[in-house]
Amino acid sequence: MTFQQPKINTSPHVSDEVRKTTCYMCACRCGINVHMKDGKVAYIEGNKDHPVNQGVLCAKGSAGIMQVNAPSRLRKPLKRVGERGSGEFEEIEWDEALQIAADWLEPVRAENPEKLAFFTGRDQSQSFTSFWAQNFGTPNYAAHGGFCSVNMAAAGIYTMGGAFWEFGQPDWDHTKLFMLFGVAEDHDSNPIKMGIGKIKKRGARVIGVNPIRTGYNAVADDWVGITPGTDGLFILAMIHCLMKAGKLDLHYLAQYTNAPVLVINNPGQADHGLLMRDENGKELVIDRATGKLTPFDKPGVKPDLAATYEKDGQTHRPVFHQMAEMYLDAQYAPEAVADRCGIPAKRIRAIAAELARVAFEEAFELDHAWTDFRGEKHDKMVGRPVSFHSMRGISAHANGFQTCRALHTLQILLGTVEVPGGFRFKPPYPKPATAHPKPHVGLTPGAPLNGPHLGFTHGPEDLALKDDGTPARIDKAFTWENPMSSHGLMHMVISNAYAGDPYKIDVLFMYMANMSWNSSMNTRGVIDMLTDKDENGDYVIPKIIYSDAYSSEMVAYSDLILPDTTYLERHDCISLLDRPICEADAAADAIRWPVIEPDRDVKGFQSMLCELGAKMNLPGFVNEDGSQRYADYGDYIVNHERRPGIGPLAGFRGENGDQAGRGAVNPKQLDQYIENGGFFVEHIPDGSNYYKPWNMEYQDWAVNIGLYDKPTPYLFSLYVEPLRKFQLAAEGHGDRQPPDHLRARIKDTMSPLPIWYSSEEDNHAADYPVTALTQRPMAMYHSWGSQNAWLRQLHGHNPLYLPTKLMRENSLSDGDWAKVTSPHGEITVPVLEMAALNENTVWTWNAIGKRKGAWALEEDAPEATRGFLLNHLIHELLPPKGDGLRWANSDPITGQAAWFDLKVRIEKAAAPDESQPGFAPIKSPVGTGPKDLTWKVGN
Amino acid sequence: MTTLPAKTEKKLGLVIDLDTCVGCHACVISCKGWNTENYGAPLSDQNAYGADNSGTFLNRVHSYEVQPAGDAAAQLIHFPKSCLHCEDAPCVTVCPTGASYKRVEDGIVLVNESNCIGCGLCAWACPYGARELDQAEGVMKKCTLCVDRIYNENLPEEDRQPACVRTCPAGARHFGDLGDENSSVSKLVAERGGMDLMPEQGTKPVNKYLPPRPKDDMPEFDVLAPFLEPVAEEPKGFLGWLDKTLEKL
Amino acid sequence: MHPAPSVIFFTTFSGLGFGLLFFLGLGFPAVTGWTAFAFFAIAYVMAVGGLMASTFHLGRPERAIKAFTQWRSSWLSREAWCAVGALVLMGLYGLGLVFFDTRWTAFGILGAVLSMATVFTTSMIYTQLKTIPRWNMKLTPLKFMSLSLAGGALVAGQVDAALVLLVIAGLVQIYAWVEGDKALTSSGTDMASATGLGGIGKVRAFEPPHTGTNYLLREFVHVIGRKHSQKLRIIALGLMTIVPIILLALPFSHFVGVLAIASHVAGVLTARWLFFAEAEHVVGLYYGKR
Repeated sequence: MTFQQPKINTSPHVSDEVRKTTCYMCACRCGINVHMKDGKVAYIEGNKDHPVNQGVLCAKGSAGIMQVNAPSRLRKPLKRVGERGSGEFEEIEWDEALQIAADWLEPVRAENPEKLAFFTGRDQSQSFTSFWAQNFGTPNYAAHGGFCSVNMAAAGIYTMGGAFWEFGQPDWDHTKLFMLFGVAEDHDSNPIKMGIGKIKKRGARVIGVNPIRTGYNAVADDWVGITPGTDGLFILAMIHCLMKAGKLDLHYLAQYTNAPVLVINNPGQADHGLLMRDENGKELVIDRATGKLTPFDKPGVKPDLAATYEKDGQTHRPVFHQMAEMYLDAQYAPEAVADRCGIPAKRIRAIAAELARVAFEEAFELDHAWTDFRGEKHDKMVGRPVSFHSMRGISAHANGFQTCRALHTLQILLGTVEVPGGFRFKPPYPKPATAHPKPHVGLTPGAPLNGPHLGFTHGPEDLALKDDGTPARIDKAFTWENPMSSHGLMHMVISNAYAGDPYKIDVLFMYMANMSWNSSMNTRGVIDMLTDKDENGDYVIPKIIYSDAYSSEMVAYSDLILPDTTYLERHDCISLLDRPICEADAAADAIRWPVIEPDRDVKGFQSMLCELGAKMNLPGFVNEDGSQRYADYGDYIVNHERRPGIGPLAGFRGENGDQAGRGAVNPKQLDQYIENGGFFVEHIPDGSNYYKPWNMEYQDWAVNIGLYDKPTPYLFSLYVEPLRKFQLAAEGHGDRQPPDHLRARIKDTMSPLPIWYSSEEDNHAADYPVTALTQRPMAMYHSWGSQNAWLRQLHGHNPLYLPTKLMRENSLSDGDWAKVTSPHGEITVPVLEMAALNENTVWTWNAIGKRKGAWALEEDAPEATRGFLLNHLIHELLPPKGDGLRWANSDPITGQAAWFDLKVRIEKAAAPDESQPGFAPIKSPVGTGPKDLTWKVGN
Repeated sequence: MTTLPAKTEKKLGLVIDLDTCVGCHACVISCKGWNTENYGAPLSDQNAYGADNSGTFLNRVHSYEVQPAGDAAAQLIHFPKSCLHCEDAPCVTVCPTGASYKRVEDGIVLVNESNCIGCGLCAWACPYGARELDQAEGVMKKCTLCVDRIYNENLPEEDRQPACVRTCPAGARHFGDLGDENSSVSKLVAERGGMDLMPEQGTKPVNKYLPPRPKDDMPEFDVLAPFLEPVAEEPKGFLGWLDKTLEKL
Repeated sequence: MHPAPSVIFFTTFSGLGFGLLFFLGLGFPAVTGWTAFAFFAIAYVMAVGGLMASTFHLGRPERAIKAFTQWRSSWLSREAWCAVGALVLMGLYGLGLVFFDTRWTAFGILGAVLSMATVFTTSMIYTQLKTIPRWNMKLTPLKFMSLSLAGGALVAGQVDAALVLLVIAGLVQIYAWVEGDKALTSSGTDMASATGLGGIGKVRAFEPPHTGTNYLLREFVHVIGRKHSQKLRIIALGLMTIVPIILLALPFSHFVGVLAIASHVAGVLTARWLFFAEAEHVVGLYYGKR
């Protein structure tokens, strides 16, 4: 008989229109096609033409439709009417809301601008928000980098003028061995997944170094289940092996790094350990051809890694000598570190040998001629197909800065940075630390700050201290406690403001920062600080303004809520002035634009700031006649110029929109971006796209497109001189002196060559022997996923994963509950067994746990009843040491929050009704979501 | 039609690479999005913002820990699973209404929702958990292999592939004709030893899984030892070696 | 498998109803007039009531009529035809008995055959499922039919037949439990074959796809009740066979008869609950559950 199948329409109408914009579910910033039906969002997919994601899209991006329609969206400005934390608000009009904000802020600006602390959390518009803060005049501005990743960024930039994630990527097309360090694999996620897919297809080897075998480590060919916090030691042991075997790229080290630069040997004097420089400040090397002291960049110079320089009875030796002496020491032998790292010595050697084999035996050449900064012409580019990458895990430790430095040192010793097959920078990187601004804190009441807030310090003279030596910034960034805190310390703002140390503030103004929940360590403590009152019955932190698109936990703890739009209802620029979307082969930036109009009375945060800025007459936000300068953020993006011809967007500049990088304002710029798919790409020509820090064709191209104003070639800093300058101060040299209690720590930790030190004792590891970590699931972004009806089905609650050994030791089985205790607090949570886990490590998914009443969830939602945060166990300060002082739980160099240093102990507990600690519900300002969803748009 | 066609012109299906899947759930949500908006009733969600929330999904990603014998480290394998579009699809023959059928032209197993009475028997008959009864619509939902994408003339040619394949960031999902031994997917299956799930059930699945490559098998140090042959034991010796080597450069 | 009350109710009462119709069709007891009406009414209430109950578990009961279309391949469709055929024929047969005091024997025999065919097709719906090894065996139709006949004989007041059939049904049930307990293991389907990962080592389910539940888990994975299964088996067997046999051995009275039937029905309901609750669908293996 014949089959009679139903006739189906295999070519149904897909959408009325596709609007191309940029995702906002994480820091990837992928291009998305938003399919519209009847003016509504019907379907979201990746944009195939987009440089970041080339069509692919992760779960978060694909669930965007549930994000823009989430019931937790705030609807109207809110004024607090109950006590802080109660969630009692009244809806007000925008005019009133902006008037309240201006009434609070204007006196602050007129009298003492430092009394405003303006911190933006998951801000993707930092070049704009910092511009606003600068015009306001407060020194107290930063985003969340100090909490998140400053070690990663700062170590990379100080060492080699760039870092991982948005700053660079492995050469996926050529690499044959890819080594990935660190837990919490959330940054740059789609590009990394695409890259891993690509190299696996070619059969390249992937080595994962991570206490937890999930995600990328699950597909890694080799998994190294390292003990948390010991990555630096493992790396230094591999450096030990490679040095001992002479498996180093000596040519690369001599030509492109400061390994041959002479170090002044002048014990006890103020210049001891600084780099030897000529009268122009150029680092000096011995030229192997002439044997003479020569500036490093002199044409034809052959810097000598071996030669020493004798003067006045002192022998001055090159950096490389110091490295040999330091790393050949037996303390870095694999046998000496194996137990501590939890990796057998034999395996350390095997991995080091494999790195050497692939880097040197599988070296190859690309037929690209290029000219280096000394004028030497090369007809080929040597490739070393070993590449490294790292996730946040190695950086969120008190030794994170030096660990990240160690990793960069390893890849530089192998000669695999900016070479074919190795690690490559993405524009605007490479860019040395010296080309970045320094921090500015010069304030004048009623006037703008004297320069950008954040930057890179190069010695004690750059610290942000007042004349009396006290911190100029509320977060104590750029002080002796953390001299190189390039991203600020958002996580210290509330506790410092509460303590009035270094001073009291009047207004706390925050954006997208869930400080009363998952974005703070010591959540309970922060809640108390936000709600505590002084003897007059006033809140200790007097006024809190908060902007967010959603009913997050922080809303309840604020006095004035300025509701933001969702990502599809707004303008944004992903700018070369900020953290752009470039690829190793191209400069690129992108926009967001309102593909739908808000159906609520909300304003994009940046547009609101344009209005508020004008209302307060901030220079930069008003015209000469005092009228509002930028109608909204879109207007700012098009018309603002940072330097003549350089604006937030690099594409379609000039009157005709045909100029890239530099060019006059183009009123049609946004339309042209939209026409082009929401982004702009300018490719780096072949031959310019490797060896970029030293490649003059690249340098000229970068100047041309506006990344630099003049060519800026530089040497990689294996030896970071600014660290030594802080050490010298601690040794008693110079005018600016650290307080005595910090001298020893500065001397010990701020080594100009990477070192490793343990923070176990500080965290009472003897009593709390287990490390507790968090990871962000690939399908969730911070808190946002919980309001997403689709994503919260994937991760509605989070168990604590225990290794088999700890499960057995504590007679636990899946579904049991355990009490987890740290020196700071305790939680009681459900546990699950995981075998592929370092045996002294436990972990959970981050930010799944929710406060009852937040995010428009019902109060019995599993996020609130079974979900939990590890944050309750972590304090912003270390446990008391008995010296009468409280030390910050952070990296002593950068101030990065050391939340992966968390030490705990585990014991079986009777199952409570709900995970502990429990919190009383807060009243939802938006009610709860609908019960069932049958989502379909159009017919 | 409830009886299975004796032969289909093509055997369209997926090849899923377990060596590459990082478990990101991108395919799960992309599928949910496309199929909520397209073929048949939307994929509904119950208690969407409350306790006991659940919904209809046509593709779910499991994960397994596998403990090799000896002291080798345990492995974690992410495991996406959707309809395998079996050649001998038991879900089709049990259907009392003819709502479930296997297409003659490409072998896709589909549910004609207007004929489905929601008896659930096809889901009972499927060993893979590929069918879910939508709680709002009362009909059986399953992977359509995006039959409304792969031939859709309203989509650019390059987009005529299942939503899950198009979105997969790691490239762990491949789509094609497994009946054509010269197709790229068939070659991939041959090359990598693609396998059937539950072969003993006799369903002859069209979708294949590429097994994970061997893990943690870096050569023993002895093989690699020559690459770490010491040039010196002490810094002094090292500097001597350095000088000699630089001379040669 | 999820022990859905609608399906338990359906299979129990339709089995009983069609069992009764089987005996009525063959003329046991040879009733006519109002007595016949009473018997037929009881049989139809049970058979039709059971069938009606079965529609409660449909997602779209209003389309139930479509279930008649696929008799060539689908046991469920065949069941529908057999049930309707049996009910129509037995209806005509009953019409003759009640109103015309006439026995249309051909209708009766054919109706009896179709009644048993209905029970057989019902059982084949479960038997055909390779995915549920506990059901996928010849004992399943035997069990359904022996119980249907025993219950039918009991309600039809055929004491001798009932005694024999109850013993048979009880033995079949015990045998089915014994074999069923080995079924999943001997089916060859396990986590290794489900995932294809057995070659690497021992497979253990780690994170489930979703932290919450889903249709598959609700429908196919029912672990909770199984821990009481041994107790429930004894209760089921006792109520279903042993108690009725003892009661039948007592001097007959309507009260004792009704008690025997009630006990039997309670036993079958329990056994049917176990039939579902104990059945392991292989899809559970993907969730590390059985």
